[in-house]
Amino acid sequence: MNDGLLSYLLDGSNWQFGATGSIPSLILTHLWYTIQAVVVAAAIALPLGLYIGHTGKLSFIAINAANAGRSLPTLGLIILLVVLMGRGFLPVLIALVILAIPPILTTTYAGIRAVDPAAIDAAKGMGMRPMQVLFKLEVPMALPLISSGLRNALLQVIATSTVAAYVGIGGLGRLLVDGIALNAYERVVAGAVVVAALAILVDLIAAVVQRSVISPGLTGRRVTRRPTKTVPAPSTSPAPTGQPGPGTRTKAPTS
Amino acid sequence: MIQYLQNNGPVIQAALSQHVYLALVPVLLGIVVSLPIGYLAVRFNFLYHPLLNLSGILYAVPSLALIVLVPSVLGIRILDPLNIIVALTVYTVALLVRVVADGLKSVDPLVAEAASAMGYRRLRRLVSVELPIALPVMLAGLRVATVANVSLVSVGALIGVGGLGTLFTRGQQLNYAPPIIVGIVLSVVLAAILDGIIVLIQRRTTPWVRAAGRIAS
Repeated sequence: MNDGLLSYLLDGSNWQFGATGSIPSLILTHLWYTIQAVVVAAAIALPLGLYIGHTGKLSFIAINAANAGRSLPTLGLIILLVVLMGRGFLPVLIALVILAIPPILTTTYAGIRAVDPAAIDAAKGMGMRPMQVLFKLEVPMALPLISSGLRNALLQVIATSTVAAYVGIGGLGRLLVDGIALNAYERVVAGAVVVAALAILVDLIAAVVQRSVISPGLTGRRVTRRPTKTVPAPSTSPAPTGQPGPGTRTKAPTS
Repeated sequence: MIQYLQNNGPVIQAALSQHVYLALVPVLLGIVVSLPIGYLAVRFNFLYHPLLNLSGILYAVPSLALIVLVPSVLGIRILDPLNIIVALTVYTVALLVRVVADGLKSVDPLVAEAASAMGYRRLRRLVSVELPIALPVMLAGLRVATVANVSLVSVGALIGVGGLGTLFTRGQQLNYAPPIIVGIVLSVVLAAILDGIIVLIQRRTTPWVRAAGRIAS
């Protein structure tokens, strides 16, 4: 890349904090959209996923949500809502929420369903009430999957709100869409580089948070191992044959 | 709505066929590129984490950013359809490398050793033992990549090459919903059809998965 392409990105006057249209204020707008959309989507999808996973009712919704969400063209959904509802942030927010719900819902449901029934029986046997079983056992054990769903939703929303600049909202997509319209490629490059860096950074931070909230008992990290006798593998588990392994595994990502 | 369909048949057809082309070429290229990379990640253990982290980072880059950065890297015009193909190929590879590596890792070492003991050399063991066993996992990943590609193609409309996405931008310019609805429906249906084709391939090529399921249930 030559200097010309990076000129907008490296020009200090585009980085003045607080000036409208400057890169920092676009980043803040972008993050603000993202937070709103993910919070609203989580407020809908988490309880729903917990309910479906815990009770097993309505599970077809959770199973089909992932595929439906992936195949919906994001740009089309945003433009359709804007054409139907008029310009403004509300139609865009609704579109972002619709796109962020499936990853959260599906992983929450799958995480709760995957909890070992023996552990649930044990919890009930210890006298836990249904709500205690859900929040003290099922949610902590499902947390790795739930948080990876939240991370996916976060990335999805950051990417989609970039595209949403096309219908006139702010955020880093402005640099891309305006740059293309004005044939100002250095502006496009600046927007693309910053939004890519933002997405990677947010994902990294989310990964660190994810690691810190998950019970060490699930990951095996930071567990001080007491010296234990080597116990032979329980005879109930079938001998590994190779074939059922991948067969059962395919269900998780496709469902 | 029906009137729109009657008046714009050729336009819709052209958009649809461009969409199919822009979605499928990256999938095919992605398979070709990710198989050797995924194999390397498993064959040389020290490459596993760097390669998977790299593909995770590439996957995090927003689609529009990737599409517009490609021309500056390749030195082609920003309105070239090749941008979409390269950007979507990058996504497909980023997704499939992990899937190929995980699929190959799921092969029971005992099975691989048995194949070696029967006289299979490395390449033949890979092609006729390890890849078939990894196939269900890889095809599941391929379904995700294909469906995601079909919906991502329309983002290309923002640089003027987007298959069905051009119907969205036209609807936006005219403030008219029918082309947008037609585009969304066709895009979702196309994704469902391609997904169904992969499921059929999966059933044909890995009959043992269903047989094992039947015995288990």
